[in-house]
Amino acid sequence: MSTQLSNVDVLVIGGGLAGERVAIEAAAAGHEVLILSLVTPRRSHSCAAQGGMQAALGNCVKAAGDNPTLHFLDTVRGSDWGADQEVARIFAEEAPAAVRELAHFGVPWTRVRGGKNSYFIKGERVEIDEAVDNDGLIMHRDFGGTAKWRACYAAAGTGHAALYAVDSEVIRLGISVRDRVEAVELIHDGRRCYGVVARCLRTGAHFSILARATVIATGGHGRIFGHYTTNATINEGMGAAIALNSGVVPLGNMEAVQFHPTALAPSGILITEGCRGDGGYLLDRQLRRFMVDAEPEKQELASRDVVSRHMTQQMHDGNGVEAAFGQHLWLDLRHLGAEHLQSKLREVFDICRDFAGIDPAQELIPVRPTQHYSMGGIRVNKDGQAYNLRGLFAAGEAACWDMHGFNRLGGNSLAETIVAGRLVGRSAAEFATGHALDVNTRLAAETQRNAQQRATEWLRRTGNGRSVFEIRDAMAETMINQVGIFRDGGGLSQAVAELAALLQDCETAGLRSKAPGMNPELTFALRLKNMLRLAFVTAQGALARTESRGAHSRSDFPLRNDADWLNRTLVRWADNAAEPSFSYEPVGLLDLPPGHRGYGGDERIEMNTSLTDYNTGVAEQQRAQGRSETRDAPGSRVVWGAWKEQI
Amino acid sequence: MTADNADTGRSLHFEIFRYNAADPDAGPTMQHFYIDETPYMSLFIALNQIRETQDPSLQFDFACRSAVCGSCGMMVNGRPVLGCRTLTADLPGHIRLHPLPVFKLIGDLSVDTGVWFRDMAENTGAWMHTTTPFDPDTREQRMDDELAQAIYEGDRCIECGCCVAACGAANVNPDFKGPAGLNRVARFMLDPRDERDDADWFDIISNQDGIFGCLGMMACSDVCPKQLPLLEVYAYLRRKALTARLTE
Repeated sequence: MSTQLSNVDVLVIGGGLAGERVAIEAAAAGHEVLILSLVTPRRSHSCAAQGGMQAALGNCVKAAGDNPTLHFLDTVRGSDWGADQEVARIFAEEAPAAVRELAHFGVPWTRVRGGKNSYFIKGERVEIDEAVDNDGLIMHRDFGGTAKWRACYAAAGTGHAALYAVDSEVIRLGISVRDRVEAVELIHDGRRCYGVVARCLRTGAHFSILARATVIATGGHGRIFGHYTTNATINEGMGAAIALNSGVVPLGNMEAVQFHPTALAPSGILITEGCRGDGGYLLDRQLRRFMVDAEPEKQELASRDVVSRHMTQQMHDGNGVEAAFGQHLWLDLRHLGAEHLQSKLREVFDICRDFAGIDPAQELIPVRPTQHYSMGGIRVNKDGQAYNLRGLFAAGEAACWDMHGFNRLGGNSLAETIVAGRLVGRSAAEFATGHALDVNTRLAAETQRNAQQRATEWLRRTGNGRSVFEIRDAMAETMINQVGIFRDGGGLSQAVAELAALLQDCETAGLRSKAPGMNPELTFALRLKNMLRLAFVTAQGALARTESRGAHSRSDFPLRNDADWLNRTLVRWADNAAEPSFSYEPVGLLDLPPGHRGYGGDERIEMNTSLTDYNTGVAEQQRAQGRSETRDAPGSRVVWGAWKEQI
Repeated sequence: MTADNADTGRSLHFEIFRYNAADPDAGPTMQHFYIDETPYMSLFIALNQIRETQDPSLQFDFACRSAVCGSCGMMVNGRPVLGCRTLTADLPGHIRLHPLPVFKLIGDLSVDTGVWFRDMAENTGAWMHTTTPFDPDTREQRMDDELAQAIYEGDRCIECGCCVAACGAANVNPDFKGPAGLNRVARFMLDPRDERDDADWFDIISNQDGIFGCLGMMACSDVCPKQLPLLEVYAYLRRKALTARLTE
């Protein structure tokens, strides 16, 4: 088998918003950039983001007085204090410019209409006069867990509009894209990443690409929950998996899994939080707005983890609507009116019509919480450099940067793709400038041979073993039943055992098809073990974390425990090692001290150290590990105490 | 999750185009599959079921399965549609599936729309042409919301290729920009942030590969899953082509 070898300055894996924005930054710095993507970039899952992109522009009346500090506060509270606060601060400060840059690239943002506007706020129709001075500026809508209206949007097709604009810029710059290509293994020596071995999804052939800097921006891994996810079929987490397989790069907070409150039941298709932002209600079987009692202050617009838990509890308590496919609740948008639904929520209108045969202006929408977002991912420092492997970077949902902690706020991930894309793109470009191409052809050939052997090995197996699709379905059932919205030690132990057994089954599974070329069964089989490994570290991380924080909710440990668990889970697992190894690091420097989020319960176990001691410990650990070598010194972007003026 | 799988009493007969270029022994054929219909069954569900239980070598493309990514354009009983939003309940019991024409075939139902659309984007300059550099420290340029909505209307195209597959002109002229290409041009034309002038637009659209290559049959409009107002788009482009000529 020959080694097909090419090289490039900056290699970007993933053609969604984060990857393309990284590519633009690196190309603008004069580097030769190549994007590898499973699908043509405009089909990446970024296109499915609907409701908005958070940035504190403060352009409309309900956004008046907004600023990056308030955005920072909301983000940290949303994260249940799991976020790296310096990263949350960098993000909040750079989001406005990132959103405006998208306007420059051509996004047709919905704009402020000066004069009288009619909105639905907390169940009531309200007339508000928007300042004529603000006419034509980027408009905001309300989203969960935010103090101000902050989500910038283009109807309910924000991700689509953003992706098309960014991809236009990629085309303008002449950046090369190879679509239908999957990165299957990092070329590395345990210290430095030299590029990847990739597999062509048109022909099944493997090839290697050497790069000065490699960036993983492959999105989330919701498909480890099978079809119990809003994610696209392509969100199988192979970017995170190849980083994990390196054995040196840790994944962060894999147990932090977001469930979106309103996925269409039973298909799991996303219905944006913007529906509730624009005034939509959640109703139980008796058409009662249960969120008003559950969260009097935020009502339907508490954070997603909190709303999803209330919904699940309602269904558990017998207040769900029984249907052939199981229980669901209702999303009521009828009072918003046909005109609003067909303009500002147009994509929701289409989805209801096409996938449920429903007119949301007349009928209720069946919804239930469904896996939606992976807060966990490849652990990177604030510059986007992966821990322990120089020359490897990650951005977007594939990364654990970590501004979301244990719960991401709606609209923050779309903004993260662009903010992190700019910033990590700059880091990768600088790295590529400072480091010559290190051509180790023997290492590349060996890595490629490994990857090819895995494919050959699968094709050699007879058709008698368990089907790869059956194993996938078993994984999905384990994940949704035991590693879902409410977790406990018993269920998680069972999940770990079941996933371990499935990993064993994977070794003896058999292919039914020996088709040459692009064999879709082989393509999936090659991913299956990787998906199981991601599922396994998610379940084991969840079992180990004996507290409840954000989306990680343990019935047997219901309180957030800032004394023992104000930390981030790190997991490493070389592909030839029997067991993953877990360690923990502090969440980062604390500016905003742990407290009540403003929604959800207020009971918690307090820190048993002072903030100063905690922060000294963070600095010491960062120095000792030597892994946070960043452009600016650790902590230099924290704006200490700025939040005090906002509370 | 049991009643989900209850059948509707109908057996579906799928007849699917097969071709694998990597298999030297096999020419293009039609292959037959039979499955039991279940409630709410879409072609996304049906094709995955066929692949997972009958022939795992079957190639097709889906990603979002919610009609926003544009991956799953295919010919269903001779008509281009998005597979994910097509319910078997709306189809006869005998369902013939072919790959979209015009686009290069990858295998079975999978075609290369990505390369076609990138070429189209390059040929029409489908990006914001502006000489103003981005200034991160200034407020965004204002835009009337009516205009933003009008631009968004054209921006909604998901480049699935259904219109191109249905287009008589695109099927015979490989250089024709196609309905999606013309719509893309109109979207930028409408946008004041794009600084191209009438003469620039004239070069792009006023020829047989542009708006004057359209035969006016409007199959594009019939099949567009996003119901883009293509008739209005073409009228706008013809008007612009004419005025560009008159003001030259």
